[in-house]
Amino acid sequence: MPDLPGLRRDFPALGQSVKGKPLVYLDNAATTQKPIQVIEAMSRYYRMDNANIHRGVHELSERATAAYESVREKVKRFINAAETKEVVFVRGTTEGINLVAQTFGRSKVRQGDEVLISGLEHHSNIVPWQMLCGEKGASLKVAPINDAGEIIQDEFEKLLTKRTRIVAVGHVSNALGTVNPIKAMIAAAHSRGIPVLIDGAQAMAHMRVDVRDLEADFYVFSGHKMFGPTGIGVLYGKESFLNEMPPYQGGGDMIKSVSFEKTIYNDLPYKFEAGTPNIAGTIGLGAAVDYLSHLDIDAVEDYERELLNHATDVLGSIDGVRLIGTAREKLGVLSFLIKDIHPHDIGTILNEEGIAVRTGHHCAQPVMERFGVPATARASFALYNTMEEVDSLARGIRRVQEVFS
Amino acid sequence: MTTDVRSLYQEIILDHNKSPRNFRIMEDATRVVDGYNPLCGDHYTVYLKIKDEKIEDISFTGSGCAISKASASVMSTMTKGKTKAEAIVLFTTFHDLVTGIADPADRMEELGRLAAFAGVSEFPARVKCASLAWHTMKGALESKTTSVSTE
Repeated sequence: MPDLPGLRRDFPALGQSVKGKPLVYLDNAATTQKPIQVIEAMSRYYRMDNANIHRGVHELSERATAAYESVREKVKRFINAAETKEVVFVRGTTEGINLVAQTFGRSKVRQGDEVLISGLEHHSNIVPWQMLCGEKGASLKVAPINDAGEIIQDEFEKLLTKRTRIVAVGHVSNALGTVNPIKAMIAAAHSRGIPVLIDGAQAMAHMRVDVRDLEADFYVFSGHKMFGPTGIGVLYGKESFLNEMPPYQGGGDMIKSVSFEKTIYNDLPYKFEAGTPNIAGTIGLGAAVDYLSHLDIDAVEDYERELLNHATDVLGSIDGVRLIGTAREKLGVLSFLIKDIHPHDIGTILNEEGIAVRTGHHCAQPVMERFGVPATARASFALYNTMEEVDSLARGIRRVQEVFS
Repeated sequence: MTTDVRSLYQEIILDHNKSPRNFRIMEDATRVVDGYNPLCGDHYTVYLKIKDEKIEDISFTGSGCAISKASASVMSTMTKGKTKAEAIVLFTTFHDLVTGIADPADRMEELGRLAAFAGVSEFPARVKCASLAWHTMKGALESKTTSVSTE
C-alpha cells in the first residue's frame, strides 16, 4: 500500500489550523482540496502562456492551444475513451447533464415518452430532466431505493419500457455514498436499446472509471471534485451520439463558417464548446488528471474503503449515532444523525473542533424524504484523509453530545 | 467545551430547544404564516391571535436546528401580550443583536432573555437560523404574506 496520507504535503490548504486546531477536512464530496501541482499549473499558464486558443498564430496562443488540447488527450486516456473528440469540456457535471438534456433530450424525447432516473439522484440529475419532460409532455420515472439506500434493481428494470428514451443515474451517491451497479444497469438498458448517462461527479477521485468497459453512452464529471479547479468539467459522449446531437450554445469556436443566411457548425468536440472556454481551468484539470494518473487508483479505492469501514465502525459504535445509507457497496461518504440533534448544530460544534463536514440536504431532497429526515451531517473522504482524522471526528461527535446532554 | 461554542449554545437556548414554549397549533389564530429557510430546510409556522392591535396569543410549530427553535420559543414568550408596535421594536432589537449592529453590553437589562442570542453574531452562518421565526412573526404582523423565506 503506498503512503497515501503522505500525499497531504502536496495540498497546502490541509496544513492549516482552524479554531486553533489542525484542520480535519471531511467535506470532499462538496469539493476536494487542490494539490500544489494544480495550483502551479494554473499559475504558470497565467504567468507565461496566457492567450486565447484556436485563433492566434502567435507563440503564446500556440502554447495555450497546445496546453488546452493536451488535456483532452489526458482525459481520454484517464477514462479510456476511444477518441479525443468524445471529450467535451463543460463547466461541470451540472452543465454536462443540461447539455445532454437540452440537445439529445430535446431532439429525441416526445410527448408520452419517459426519462428514467433513480431515487438517489442529486438535484442536478433531476431538474434538467424534469424541465425537459415538462417542455415535451414526457414523464419522469424514478427507480425506487430500499432502506439501505440501494436502487432496487428489479424495479429499475421494470421501469425500462418501450417509451424510455434515456436513463440518467449517478455512479456514486453524494448523499449516501452508495456505489450503483452501473455496468449491469447500462447492460439492462442497452438490451432494450436505451442509452444511459452516468453522473460520475462522486466517482472520479475515488475509483477507476473506464467508460468503454462500462459501455456508458454519456459520462459526466466535475474537475473540482477530483482535485482540479472549479468551473471545469467533462462530458464524455460516444461519438455516434455526439454527432447526431444539435449544438448546445451558439457562438465563436463552435462554427466553421457563419453568414446571415447559414452557419456551418464545427466538428466534434468544438461543436459543443461555444465561446472562449475556461482555459486555465482546463489546464488545472489536466494537472489533476496527471496527479491521479501517477497514483495507483485501485490502491486509492482500497485505502478509502478502509477509511470508510473504520469510520462506519467508530461512528456506528457511538451511542445515539444513526448512520443513513447502509448499502453493501459504498465509497467516500458517511451520512449520519445524532439522536434528535439538528445537523446544523452538529456542523457548528464540529467546526469549533476544526472539523469540516457538510450539513443539510446535500442537494438531494428526495433522498432525505425517503429516509424521513430533513437533513443529515455528512463526512466525506479523499485519499489524503487519515484514520486519526476519523478518530478526531468521533471525538467531535462526543463533544456535540456533551453540549446537548 | 470551547468557550466559543458555549457563547452560542447558552443554557437558555439549550433549554428552549429541549422544551420549546408555546409549541402548539392554535385553532383560533387570526394570522398564520409559514417561514422557510430553503438552504437548510428549517420550517416553522407562527400562529398569532391579534385583538385590538395586541398579540393576545402566539404559538409556533415546525422543525429546525436548536438555534432556530430556541429563538422561536423565546420570541413567543417575549411578544405575548405586547402591542404590534412593541413587537416590531423587539424584532429590531433582536435583529440588531444577532447581526452584530448593536453591542449587547450597552443594554443587557432591556434585552432580557434575548441576550442569550448575542453569541450568534460571531457565527455568520447561523444568523438566518436565529432570525427565521422573527421574520415570520413580523410578516404575520404586517399581514403582507402567508409565507416568509430567508432567501
